[in-house]
Amino acid sequence: MLGLSPEHLLFLLRGAGWTIVLSLLGFVGGTIVGLPVALCRSSKMRSLRVVSSAYVQLVQGIPLPVIMFVVYFGLSIGGYELPALVAAGIAMTAYSSAYLGEIWKGCIEAVPKTQWEAAECLALTPVQRFVDVILPQAVRIAIPPTVGFLVQIVKNTSYSVVIGFFDLTYSAKVLNNSTFKPFTVFTIAALLYFVICYPLSVLSRRYERKLKRA
Amino acid sequence: MEPIVRFKDVRKSFGTLEVLKGVTLDIMPGTVTALIGRSGSGKSTALRCINALEQINGGELHVCGRALHNGGFDLRALRQDVGIVFQSYNLFPHLTVAQNIMLAPRRVKKIGKDEARALAEEVLSQVGLLEKADNYPEQLSGGQQQRVAIARSLAMKPKLMLFDEVTSALDPELTGEVLKVIEKLAESGMTMVLVTHEMNFAERVADQIAFMHHGTVWELGSGEMLRAPKTPELQQFVGSGL
Repeated sequence: MLGLSPEHLLFLLRGAGWTIVLSLLGFVGGTIVGLPVALCRSSKMRSLRVVSSAYVQLVQGIPLPVIMFVVYFGLSIGGYELPALVAAGIAMTAYSSAYLGEIWKGCIEAVPKTQWEAAECLALTPVQRFVDVILPQAVRIAIPPTVGFLVQIVKNTSYSVVIGFFDLTYSAKVLNNSTFKPFTVFTIAALLYFVICYPLSVLSRRYERKLKRA
Repeated sequence: MEPIVRFKDVRKSFGTLEVLKGVTLDIMPGTVTALIGRSGSGKSTALRCINALEQINGGELHVCGRALHNGGFDLRALRQDVGIVFQSYNLFPHLTVAQNIMLAPRRVKKIGKDEARALAEEVLSQVGLLEKADNYPEQLSGGQQQRVAIARSLAMKPKLMLFDEVTSALDPELTGEVLKVIEKLAESGMTMVLVTHEMNFAERVADQIAFMHHGTVWELGSGEMLRAPKTPELQQFVGSGL
């Protein structure tokens, strides 16, 4: 088919599989780090706001491929031989935590101040106010932009090609080197990316409509 | 008998703007006090000082045996003694009516789920909304939401309840049902302080009316005060209102 054998297609699909694995790593890591970032960014304590804001500025001010290089080669200078997957996972975690932190900070602040006040006047503790009253409302607001950001995560995993991680882009590059059919190979890669991303953007739009109706 | 709230020359500023310029007022247990006055006269600020939503900058403020001007008092204990109902209801939209009411008793007073449910049903019948227990706030009218907010506050068994312009966001038809609930509470002996624009209601229900003007209690009296104002300011205010 199209001058490619089934083995070739399987090769691309394996790359796509690793793209999904890296995306999941990036999302899970980004959530674990991004949630505290969001909390610190919207905290009352100035020091927490300054530190978390510096982290966000730093990560957002560096291109993702450079973060990949820094993690991969930087850590190997320090004597740690990292598999490309781990290095890419760390870089994706840094990248998505900075953006998710900002998105979620906005969602926390989108809950009206009067909700904090009402909870406070019912004698709830600050933690109870946040967990029982603010967080459930912020999560509802956060679902559409978070799912939307998953699309960015999936697409940006392709930068891991710079440190030689075997993802969809890398497998397409390797396949092109041996088959010399760049148009066919990269069109298939593009379609595979689209197949992963499209359902996510549909889901995001659907959540958004649902939220607007509520 | 000791007053449950005592303002003594209370001052409060927001930045350079002094909103309360020496408020002095006693509120006795079991009475209803109405704070009236123009917007910007400081009546809402005075009310919010009572449960320490605003910190005062000068004078003395005693609430339920605590000296709020000294600081160091137990803020959450104060909040349990003093309930407040807001103009914008501020129900929690992700919780049902019953859950809205049960949240604080369960978290703060640590009572069990069944007991909390019984409590919710008790206060809901007090405001005539038992059948709405499992609805979400958005399914209720403004008047019903405000009655739920009153019930939510009642469930904490406060010694004193504050009402901050609770009918200002409602149309006249719905205002009536909320005022009826407040009047019933007054009859049951609940100590209440209300900021209100409903002059007829204040005259009928309040034991004392404080007319606030320029950040002070300008004129203090019973319901009859509105019929025979002593100061030209109250005269003008009542004249424009009625």
